[in-house]
Amino acid sequence: MADGSIGLWTVPLAVLGGAIRVSTPFLFVSLGECITERSGRINLGLEGTLVMGAMSAYGISYLSGSPWLGVLAAGITGALLGALHAGICSLPRVNDVAVGIALMLFGTGLAFYLGKPLIEPTAPRLPAIDFGWWSDIPQVRAALRVNVLFLIGAALAPILYWAFRTTRWGLLIRTAGESSDAARAMGHSVLLIRLRATMVGGFLAGIGGSFLSLFYPGSWNEGLSSGQGITAVALVIFARWDPLLCLWASLAFGGAAALGPALQSVGVTSGYHLFNAAPYILTLAIMIITCSPKRTLTGAPAELSITR
Amino acid sequence: MIIGETPPPSGAFGVDAIAMTMRFGDFLALDNVELKVRPGSFHALLGENGAGKSTLVKCIMGYYHATEGDIIVGGREQAIANPKDAHALGLGMVYQHFTLVPAMTVAENLVLARDDVPAVVNWSQEMKELEAFLARMPFKVPLSAKVSDISAGERQKCEILKQLYLKRRFLILDEPTSVLTPAEADEVLGMLRDMVVKGELTILMITHKFREVMAFADDVTILRRGKLAGAGKVAELTPDAMARTMIGAEELTVQPPRTGETGQARLELAKVRALDDAGAVAVHDVSLTVRAGEIVGIAGVSGNGQRQLVEVLAGQREAEGGEIRVAGDSYHASREEMRRHRMSLLPEEPLKNACVGGMSVADNIAFREFDRAPFASGGWWLNRGAFREDAKKKIGQYKIKTRTPDTPISALSGGNVQRAVLARELGSDVEVLIAANPCFGLDFAAVAQIHAEIMAARNRGAAVLLVSEDLDELLELSDRLVVMFHGEFVYEARTSQADLTEVGRHMAGH
Repeated sequence: MADGSIGLWTVPLAVLGGAIRVSTPFLFVSLGECITERSGRINLGLEGTLVMGAMSAYGISYLSGSPWLGVLAAGITGALLGALHAGICSLPRVNDVAVGIALMLFGTGLAFYLGKPLIEPTAPRLPAIDFGWWSDIPQVRAALRVNVLFLIGAALAPILYWAFRTTRWGLLIRTAGESSDAARAMGHSVLLIRLRATMVGGFLAGIGGSFLSLFYPGSWNEGLSSGQGITAVALVIFARWDPLLCLWASLAFGGAAALGPALQSVGVTSGYHLFNAAPYILTLAIMIITCSPKRTLTGAPAELSITR
Repeated sequence: MIIGETPPPSGAFGVDAIAMTMRFGDFLALDNVELKVRPGSFHALLGENGAGKSTLVKCIMGYYHATEGDIIVGGREQAIANPKDAHALGLGMVYQHFTLVPAMTVAENLVLARDDVPAVVNWSQEMKELEAFLARMPFKVPLSAKVSDISAGERQKCEILKQLYLKRRFLILDEPTSVLTPAEADEVLGMLRDMVVKGELTILMITHKFREVMAFADDVTILRRGKLAGAGKVAELTPDAMARTMIGAEELTVQPPRTGETGQARLELAKVRALDDAGAVAVHDVSLTVRAGEIVGIAGVSGNGQRQLVEVLAGQREAEGGEIRVAGDSYHASREEMRRHRMSLLPEEPLKNACVGGMSVADNIAFREFDRAPFASGGWWLNRGAFREDAKKKIGQYKIKTRTPDTPISALSGGNVQRAVLARELGSDVEVLIAANPCFGLDFAAVAQIHAEIMAARNRGAAVLLVSEDLDELLELSDRLVVMFHGEFVYEARTSQADLTEVGRHMAGH
């Protein structure tokens, strides 16, 4: 081991490191979408929000020199896009799925347009905490370099889980998502609750985007997101709208996405592209296993347009 | 309204609605209606569907703003701008459709209904307070159970408890017993009646059940087509007099007498098993035979597997096990089998289960035969003219009120949608008829017509399976009565010999 080689151990270590690194955008987008969907609305536009968040974070970080201001800017951009989605959806006879697809295209298109001048410059990046200081094996140290955003996201999952049960806002969001009639009968405005939930969801998705441009991969280009936003929306469905399960599902996805590069690094090159497709194969497999024509999904908010 | 101005400090208070008029565009929903509910009384509001009962109470609760008229609460005129104002005055309403959130627990639902939900809920303290509150109340509900897991009766109690928990002292109940067994209805209304007698509560109940009006109400107000048709003390009225006031001079279809002999077994179920949408067993190995020329009624509180059973028979759901035979042949609900055996279906919620809302009345009436002569040539070229001719004939025969045969069927009222389905399903010979809650939410004229058609089909020799939540309907129509509880048939008797208390006991699962 003197030469620092740890043989096949590289693979699980790289998968672990990858799980933490790659999962962060999944985690933020899925937690955001979880809030939005629990309020009874589905926002498919989060892919666009993610890319817009990545672009604005990179831009603000470059201009101001502070990556954290970039993260904040990404969140605000996301919240504004969320407000746009909720605003359009509050008009009568508007389908939230169609609006979401439109906003997905709008968000990515706008980000590419505004982000053209950002491809060249290098912006300051987010710091990471080195949890691998105790080891002198470079692979271990690489795997345990954890970004602060991941820790925030990991803490947010149990907080949301608790908030859905014990806070007024959590109860109101669930009421709006489970029975808009009940919410209206109590004198609450369902549209207002959903507006706020969609804005918070957009805020989190924007932050997920800032991770892409400011930490990993850590630059701005048009191929930055490979559908993480839309995958995270699907992830919420098989996490059964539970924030804690969102965390585990994000980690599983991150791990699956890191499988291809990890295998390549130990010399397994055949089927590289197949291994890169692991997250998508995982999506399909979980969908097939958990869905049945004879049952409705348990835990699905009753007001969601896809379950109603 | 003047915020801070409170209703009488404690005990029951009365509500009067004076000269209420409500216009929706050209439609006059309420025409100069007057309603006087005395403090500490149990008041019944009677009327057919569309008579304006719901509109009137929604004006009182602030959901609608009456075009003209005044609301007087506890002797003072009040402008009620929205439901929150009504709540602040101590007015509460229990809706026909539950407003509890099914995926939440009873306790969560109760706390959530409060105006002052704390930002962070201290559940252990709230549970203690809720238990103390329940100890003072006449009914009990399981606080930690999810609302989706408790029975319809418990949900209704929960709705009423919610209003009492919110300290409402004037309760409006919109058909509160439609989902309860007769015994549960008596229990709930009896307890509310006790609170009224003690002077703690005033109740205004919308209903169409004369039995409950006679047993529990002090006063009654009757509406007909948006106008006040009558009012008075229940003690001075008979159900007949009230019914006549409700219907007016309208002619009802006369039901033909029960004639003919019972023949061969037509519809046989053997150990049929079906799952519900959550994957749980909803229909538990039920067996039943329906013979030609008889009506078998399936009674039960909604949610005991009746819907899944009908869906299996209609081909909307696959059976998990067992066998269905029609006239001796195995049956899998294919279109060919339905045609061959002349099967007809009147599913519940006909607009959803038996119609395509956006298609015309004529098209909907033609669904069974649209690709056969004379409606089509060669099985594919449709003859639209024949559709319309046939529809016109049936529209007249079944008194379907529609502007033209080409109007989308979703534009019709509930009674007329059901009449259109009736025209399609009973327009030709019928050997097996399956009907599920065929009269739910319909007015007297439609109910009388549908009952007459079902009886006529039976007399012509059809085997009829009638699934209904309305026990009176089953007692009136069926030859044999079966009670369904938790997916099983738990009681069976000839209707003429059925014991009502026994039936009610089995519906409640005792």
